[in-house]
Amino acid sequence: MSNWSWEVVAEAFPKIIDGLGITLGLTLACYGFALAFGFIWLFMRKIPIRPLRWLITWVMEFIRSTPPLVQLFFIYFAWPMVPVIGFTLNGFTSAILGLGIHFSTYIAEVYRSGIEGVGKGQWEAAKSLNFSKRQKWTKIILPQAIPPTIPMLGNYFIIMFKEVPLASTIGVAGILHIANSYGAENWTYLEPLTIVAILFLALSYPSAIIINRLEKKWNRRFDKKEALTRSKGATA
Amino acid sequence: MVHINAIIEIFPDLAKGLTITITVLIGAAFFGYLFAFIAGLCRMSSNVFLRKFTGFYVEIFRGTSLIVQLFWLYYAIPMLFGIELGSNWWAGVIAIALNYGAYMSEIVRGSILAVANGQSEAATALNMSRFQRMRLVIFPQAIRMMLPEFGNYSIQMLKATSLVSLIGMEDILYHGNIIRSTNLSQAPTVYLLVLLFYFILALPLIFLTRKMEAFSKKGVASG
Repeated sequence: MSNWSWEVVAEAFPKIIDGLGITLGLTLACYGFALAFGFIWLFMRKIPIRPLRWLITWVMEFIRSTPPLVQLFFIYFAWPMVPVIGFTLNGFTSAILGLGIHFSTYIAEVYRSGIEGVGKGQWEAAKSLNFSKRQKWTKIILPQAIPPTIPMLGNYFIIMFKEVPLASTIGVAGILHIANSYGAENWTYLEPLTIVAILFLALSYPSAIIINRLEKKWNRRFDKKEALTRSKGATA
Repeated sequence: MVHINAIIEIFPDLAKGLTITITVLIGAAFFGYLFAFIAGLCRMSSNVFLRKFTGFYVEIFRGTSLIVQLFWLYYAIPMLFGIELGSNWWAGVIAIALNYGAYMSEIVRGSILAVANGQSEAATALNMSRFQRMRLVIFPQAIRMMLPEFGNYSIQMLKATSLVSLIGMEDILYHGNIIRSTNLSQAPTVYLLVLLFYFILALPLIFLTRKMEAFSKKGVASG
């Protein structure tokens, strides 16, 4: 432990804290984008043309099973080089698009599971009561579909938070990026990287506990015996 | 936009990175499952110290990012203890294995706990020892619940291997980055091919996972 120096901690800590705003802001932006784009997938999967639906399913599978890091590089380095439609994006926007689209494919599954979780009888009831399409969704389906998805969506927020440091590879100055450049300048990675790890832990652990409580509460309320979500792993 | 010639030129360069990507994946998967079982079983141990310690490990690794853990293992550990992890291959494999081991240990624990209580009581009634109960009754039922999740996590681990390019390992992405830096206009072709490489590697895992899902549902009364 001889190499640990508190002076370095004292010097690096305020600098790293400065990046927290960007890290959290990027998390929110990516998450918002993913939530919105998730809906687009949901609607695209409803297109009544079978080959197109099949194609969209595979596009989603492709995005989900390839590394988000490569997708970030594609958007940041390759997109400006694509003829005609390509244009230059800064690191922050690239990260929103890259991570947002990557996670939207997961979010879309959450939406779908919520809607599919509404019992068949509920749809039939809506029909037999002669509800309009709008009434059916706003009065019957959505009020039952949304609550169970909330803990899952919360989980994805935490996962998103832990994926955001990937953006440091395309120059977004979040906490990891600052720690790395501090390390490179001063030849000490130990303290800055440890600070980053502790910051992540300090923010994600309490949120995970809150979401866990929320989940238990919902499960009790909806009389679910089994946990709906297992805290799904990070996606790297 | 995408020229056939360029593809033919780039393809073999990227393929050079396949060995690293695949060996890191296999190493990470092996150690990841190993850690998962050890940690998952330890968390159910009657020893308080063991339980708390593994709980601590799991929360630490689930609470921070893989990329931070990787950098920490690669840059900080040698500084802290004055030891080298041997090579960046080990740093990459151990980081991914520790991270996903922590996530999967929860799967192991959850699956074992999910086996109905009556099963364990029946085994006790049949005068089985603790070990027999685990090996013959609980485990065979728990493992079929774990398999699909393990399949999902193996895809996640494949995606995670792309991070080792950041600590200088010459995997597919690393070679892609090299080609891009020498020939910027080819970037779209390069990264599309890199993505395709990963997708082709992921395909068998995707189908395996679906198989396992079907397998785990077979012969089980209502899911």
